[in-house]
Amino acid sequence: MFSSLSRNDWLLLIVFSAIVLVLPWALQPIGAAYPDLLQKFAIFGIFAIGFNILFGLTGYLSFGHAAFIGVGSYVAVWSFKLLTMNVIPAVILSVGMAAVFAFLIGYVSLRRSGIYFSILTLAFAQMSYNLAYSVLTPITNGETGLQVRAIRQTAETSLRDGDVRVIDQLFGIPEVGVPITNLFGMKMSGYPGFYFCAVLLIICFFIAMCITKSNFGMMLKAIKSNQNRLNYTGIHTRPYLISAFVISGMYAGLAGSLLAITDPIAGAERMQWTASGEVVLMTILGGAGTLVGPVLGAGLIKYAEQKVSSWNEGILHNALSALPDGVEDFLVGLFSFFVGEGWHLTLGFLFMVIVIFLPGGLMEGARRIRASFGRDNSSKASGSKTVSQPAE
Amino acid sequence: MDAIFLQILNGLDKGGAYALIALGLTLVFGTLGVVNFAHGALFMLGAFCAVTLHRILNISFERVSETQKDFLGNPLKEQVPYLQEWFGPQVSEFLLDWSVPISILLAIIVMGIIGVVMERGLIKHFYKRPHADQILVTFGLAIILQEIVRHYFGANPIPQSAPDVFAGAANVGNWVGLGDNVIYPWWRLVYFMFSALVIFGVFAFLQFTTFGMVVRAGMQDRETVGLLGINIQRRFTVVFGLAAAVAGVAGAMYTPILPPDYHMGMDFLVLSFVVVVVGGMGSLAGAVLAGFMLGILQSFASMNEVKSILPGIDQIIIYLVAVIVLLTLPRGLMGRKGVMED
Amino acid sequence: MNMSAAETITEDEDERGFKSGVPDKVLHIDDVHKSFAGLHALSDVDLDVRKGETHAIIGPNGAGKSTLLNVCVGRLKPDRGAVIFDGDTLTGKAPHEINQLGVARVFQTPEVFLDLTVLENVMVPALSKRDGHFKLNPFAAFTSEKKIREEAIEIIHNVGLHAQLNDIATSMSRGDKRRLELAMCLIQHPKLLLLDEPTAGMARADTNATIDLLKKIKEGGMTKVIIEHDMHVVFSLADRISVLAGGRIIAQGTPEQIKNDPRVKEAYLGEEQV
Repeated sequence: MFSSLSRNDWLLLIVFSAIVLVLPWALQPIGAAYPDLLQKFAIFGIFAIGFNILFGLTGYLSFGHAAFIGVGSYVAVWSFKLLTMNVIPAVILSVGMAAVFAFLIGYVSLRRSGIYFSILTLAFAQMSYNLAYSVLTPITNGETGLQVRAIRQTAETSLRDGDVRVIDQLFGIPEVGVPITNLFGMKMSGYPGFYFCAVLLIICFFIAMCITKSNFGMMLKAIKSNQNRLNYTGIHTRPYLISAFVISGMYAGLAGSLLAITDPIAGAERMQWTASGEVVLMTILGGAGTLVGPVLGAGLIKYAEQKVSSWNEGILHNALSALPDGVEDFLVGLFSFFVGEGWHLTLGFLFMVIVIFLPGGLMEGARRIRASFGRDNSSKASGSKTVSQPAE
Repeated sequence: MDAIFLQILNGLDKGGAYALIALGLTLVFGTLGVVNFAHGALFMLGAFCAVTLHRILNISFERVSETQKDFLGNPLKEQVPYLQEWFGPQVSEFLLDWSVPISILLAIIVMGIIGVVMERGLIKHFYKRPHADQILVTFGLAIILQEIVRHYFGANPIPQSAPDVFAGAANVGNWVGLGDNVIYPWWRLVYFMFSALVIFGVFAFLQFTTFGMVVRAGMQDRETVGLLGINIQRRFTVVFGLAAAVAGVAGAMYTPILPPDYHMGMDFLVLSFVVVVVGGMGSLAGAVLAGFMLGILQSFASMNEVKSILPGIDQIIIYLVAVIVLLTLPRGLMGRKGVMED
Repeated sequence: MNMSAAETITEDEDERGFKSGVPDKVLHIDDVHKSFAGLHALSDVDLDVRKGETHAIIGPNGAGKSTLLNVCVGRLKPDRGAVIFDGDTLTGKAPHEINQLGVARVFQTPEVFLDLTVLENVMVPALSKRDGHFKLNPFAAFTSEKKIREEAIEIIHNVGLHAQLNDIATSMSRGDKRRLELAMCLIQHPKLLLLDEPTAGMARADTNATIDLLKKIKEGGMTKVIIEHDMHVVFSLADRISVLAGGRIIAQGTPEQIKNDPRVKEAYLGEEQV
């Protein structure tokens, strides 16, 4: 089963795992080493890896993946409300339910390709989003969002008055105050929460690696390269595409459940199509089709979001105080557009800059820089192999 | 019968907006082969042209009032629009009252320029890039445009009013002999007429001018037209400007119906894309037809009778129709073979 | 009128012992008719291809050669008639199903996987042959497919691309891409290989190399249908020739018979000589 991986792959996996696990120390100098942000890195890393399995390998651009994040979150919170605060059932149920949704949406959407596929997925995501805010409010709790509550006291009262948590009650697990998610008693907030996400991230990375190097992954790349040829080569591309769609949907579902685990509330805003756009950006920023790229992209975007939106004019003035007053004021005035509330503006610019100047993402940029330093033949040979996935 | 007629009317103005946005979207698809996710933002910018014009007309200076005094007998300060000072109160009143229709002129000029600049500066470089790249870069641009608008105009909707003449509602039922039950706001009627007029204008332009002929030929077969030695580039630029202007006026005129806010573009964009897909990519007539059809369908779906049978249907009807159409008629209602097919 | 000519030749052949309808008939095109917007691209086309032979379809531009090939591989659906391959009806089947039955195709403009290496390009069809049209095997290593890899390397060697084994296909010349495409078809060991103008746009030397290559394959006993413009190629490769003009088969027979057929000269060769 694991013979698919070469020594370099194992090395990459080990290095990747090591980096992920030491992040709480490694990120201290740049002020990113607090659990909330670290959890986000890992969670959106998982989301982006999954998205990349579809977009990076097959070239099918889905604009509706946020819907699966939403599904994952809601299912996880319901698992907390009905079954147990233990995270294992939540994760399993979320991933399973996301797979079901992904299969249904993928089965329909993948009847079309190209721009039609993008619009179909967008339409499905918008449908889910609108439904979550209207008819499905009994399940989603509408704009307030779905939350865990204390266990209800009497059997007669409804779910509105409190949760059930059948399993927890069965085992007589005591509950004090606001219920907190746990892994067999270990609280899933703060650093333990991060490590839980990190371990899952590493597992997800490993699975994505296996997929990329497998026959299956090769077929997916062939779909991106020349779907027509593949048909005449005797391959039925739809089941491959549906599988890839479902797998990436499951990744998104897992990410959604982790969001709910680290912060047990689920809201429909996670399903909005701008959220789908964000994961696209993460993937292309890092480099679609590469293994590490999407994780890197997710980390950078989440870090930038956290930092940039916390900056204000005062911070800018401090940072630029070395400059002459006139220049300082001008620059502060200019940058103030982009910070704080203006984070989305920065995001938009980032989007355009990446697509225009670096369609291959950071991984492609790094490769180019390496190539320009010209470690002559050897690097050229390996270089030409790694370009095999120019991002779409 | 009354109810059905009313719902059709209700769908018309929204349908008009969908049709106008989708028209530009599909025009750009068909001629330039570009998927423009920033088209909704152009609609939104058009709406803010109306807001801006209203504000410009309202620019005032302060002076001491001659007539009004506070209770101590000191003269009050009052805000006087420059307009009033220069042209007298009547003209000023009139201009402010009619600011939305007048803003059409501003929208055409501003949006035309924005469209041309956008095509020259950005879109031009994306003709040969994959559709995914086009989607992503225009998506980025859309975010930027809406954030800039939010920065200057804030996040809250800014209501605009239609000219007083069109205030109130028309007793449409009376006209067609359905009794007094069917009343319909005047401005919505105006909007419908206006959108029909613009659509007619665009079609006439494409049908009866040499320029339009070349553009239509370009939609059929871009390469051949290019080979004929016709400067297709310049025409592309004009087409893009035209599409932007159409979206702009659609937005400006829509402001009395829906107070504009910075994200209205995104909301309309997704729907307009669906409209284009349902109508058939690259088909102008299809876009118009689908726009009105979906507008009316949506208004039917929001009837209480329908909602009680199928709860939530009003929220998803358009997407549902899109999914069904795409699966049964791959090219949409009136799509042509070979357009945007991979 | 034209049909009668074709029939006479077939009857001649029947006397010499080849019977149409005998089991060694691999491909049978039965009364196929196809029109585009009222234009008859193919009318009443009947064609038999026998096991192991190289059958060339020639004809002037617009005669319907490519349409016929597209009908065979399921890209177009005929208005009437059927294509029967080895006892299976091909009409109405999807391209991948037709390939799984053992029909491979080389396109007029080379269709390869531009983002993959030469080796990967050849391994994909090999996997398709072994695993069928779909197999969910996300943990089966692509790199550990030793047997397939060795065979792929051998075939790449045979078509003369071994020097570019690990190159990305996008940078290859048109002629090399065509050879790569041929290798992709050969590794599937198809029962029937369809070639659409395999030497179009090639220099003379490359054309000759391709002819040699195709002759070599012939020794393996593979049935081939070849659409070709270049008479030099046709007469060096074909066992039998069908002449298509105006959507109809106007003549069928051995190269000698075709060379001497007055109708063919009139419809095709004559035109070439002008």
